Amino acid sequence: MSALLEVADLRVEFDTYGGTVQAVRGVSFELDRGQTLAIVGESGCGKSVTVQSIMGLIPMPPGRITSGTAKLDGKDVIADKRIDGKDIRGRLVGMIFQDPMSSLNPTMTIGEQIAETLQVHRGYSHRRAIARAIELIDMTRIPEAAKRASQYPFEFSGGMLQRSMIAMSLACEPSILIADEPTTALDVTIQAQILDLMRDLQRDNGMAIILITHDLGVVARMADEVLVMYAGEVVERGSVDDVFYRSAHPYTLGLRAAMPSNRDDAAQELTPIDGSPPDLFAPPAGCGYFARCPHAMRACETEHPRAFELGEQHRARCWLHHEDCNVDAGEVFRK
Amino acid sequence: MTQPIVAVRGLTKHFEIGRGQVVHAVDDVSLDIAPREIVGLVGESGSGKSTLGKTVLGLHDKTSGEVVFNGESLPAKYTPGDFQRYAQSMQMIFQDPYSSLNPRMTVGEIVGEGLRLHSDLSRTDIRDNVADWLRRVGLNPDHMSRYPHEFSGGQRQRIGIARALVLEPEFVVCDEPISALDVSVQAQVVNLLDELKESLGLTLLFIAHDLSMVRYVSDRMAVMYLGSLVELGPANRVFFAPKHPYTELLIGSNPEPDPVSERSRDSTAIRGEIPSPVNVPAGCRFANRCPKVMDVCRDLTPELISVVDECHADRLVACHLYS
Repeated sequence: MSALLEVADLRVEFDTYGGTVQAVRGVSFELDRGQTLAIVGESGCGKSVTVQSIMGLIPMPPGRITSGTAKLDGKDVIADKRIDGKDIRGRLVGMIFQDPMSSLNPTMTIGEQIAETLQVHRGYSHRRAIARAIELIDMTRIPEAAKRASQYPFEFSGGMLQRSMIAMSLACEPSILIADEPTTALDVTIQAQILDLMRDLQRDNGMAIILITHDLGVVARMADEVLVMYAGEVVERGSVDDVFYRSAHPYTLGLRAAMPSNRDDAAQELTPIDGSPPDLFAPPAGCGYFARCPHAMRACETEHPRAFELGEQHRARCWLHHEDCNVDAGEVFRK
Repeated sequence: MTQPIVAVRGLTKHFEIGRGQVVHAVDDVSLDIAPREIVGLVGESGSGKSTLGKTVLGLHDKTSGEVVFNGESLPAKYTPGDFQRYAQSMQMIFQDPYSSLNPRMTVGEIVGEGLRLHSDLSRTDIRDNVADWLRRVGLNPDHMSRYPHEFSGGQRQRIGIARALVLEPEFVVCDEPISALDVSVQAQVVNLLDELKESLGLTLLFIAHDLSMVRYVSDRMAVMYLGSLVELGPANRVFFAPKHPYTELLIGSNPEPDPVSERSRDSTAIRGEIPSPVNVPAGCRFANRCPKVMDVCRDLTPELISVVDECHADRLVACHLYS
């Protein structure tokens, strides 16, 4: 069976006053039904742009998808470089954002906003849509759903708003839920509730989840597969275990070393990643991570690393894996 | 314990919001902070962490209780003169590096303002001092004439740190200094604070909601819930062997960057949300969400009592399970 979503060689550019930013530079991945794919990386590495381009949420112009295919259920959704968002958003793909307060309309009740999705995409009558909205609110474990449906966003707490966003995005039973930093603005306790909710809903309806986050703890809790992005590229991808226990890119190691791990023994040091990501107006010819990489070699500056195959699903864009490399990759990555 | 540098005694801060309603933001919190100690303060949003930090520094007037700094009781309501006086020994690093720097001032003016107001250094001396501080926090002194918008989030947070530390205060409240930053940059800022603590002998109250980071940074960890302190103890002990059911749940909600342990762990989410601090329930404030709730919890407010744990560490916990 082919994958639910297959993205190949996606490239996205934006024209700005300063020049053209190459925000996404050749991203490929697949996503199966019922799976959770986490995309991790620093701000500005192209995580959000990648998924937004699949959703048709990139403003064009100034944005431009210069190459690539994104096959959703076998149908290329970006083939004609112009997506009819209505076809995809809501129906096939639902999306929730980091800041639920600013993604909801403050002048409409929560129930109306959820119902609107159903009226637009499913042609439900108003009454039927509202009834379904209340069911959806209830499904996301908001108490007193009927009463809550007639309230406005300002009457909800952050956690409740994120639940209503989930209710809205699931209204048309999409096969993919894209969650862009869904819990970054929430407390850990509420984060745990939202993550549990997403997982339970996934188990019930078999949707796939794309989770964008920079919190490796959330990745470890939720993901089946992980894409590590840096400077608009996927530098490492693999199963969650591959990426955490057999990290094969210095950037992945860097991210892990910059976070405190909670092992009892550890009087470990935090190692920040010095420097900042490269300028994507003129991306480096070689490896994007070259300037910050503690293991950089001469080849890395000029030669763009290909994705080396390390396991069935595990790939890393790093010259250390080249057979002619005289640095022992095992030594570098045994951590 | 050595003579505390900051002693908070029964500190209470209520906000009146009209119609006779009162927000109990901080209720009867007592906390001693020893010199050169980092106390981490954690809790959900709305638990009163920031209000506590600001009230300790006099940025909010105290409703009742007192704060003793180096043996001197601080006024309940600061006059402009008090701010002048205490600014030299107590400072704050703010959460949001975007809104806490004046966009119309250059970095040199922002960092140098404290010196201009509180010292009689000449302009060139101030300049040298600012340059020195920018270097210490890892910024280029040549950037002194630039404006905040020209810097990244991590760089701005460093400007905020330089601004707070330029007067070489003894005590600094850091209100979520890293939560707006990327992971790789968080480590830079945390390491910087650690370094400065060593070299300047700083005492810090470190407010954050990232539990792993607080454990890593702090000597002791204080946990707040709905305006009151529920647990206090050595950071590692509180993290690995929490006593209060709330601490246990809070730490249990914190996802670990380790897929195997995460998979083997059941859901740890606490039911419900933090109640409104306007109508504070009688008895233990956590009673309505607590999985170990007993009858007594609903009537009697638990006192913060001292407990010695398995590792002979001194702990304080406010829970009837231990009384």
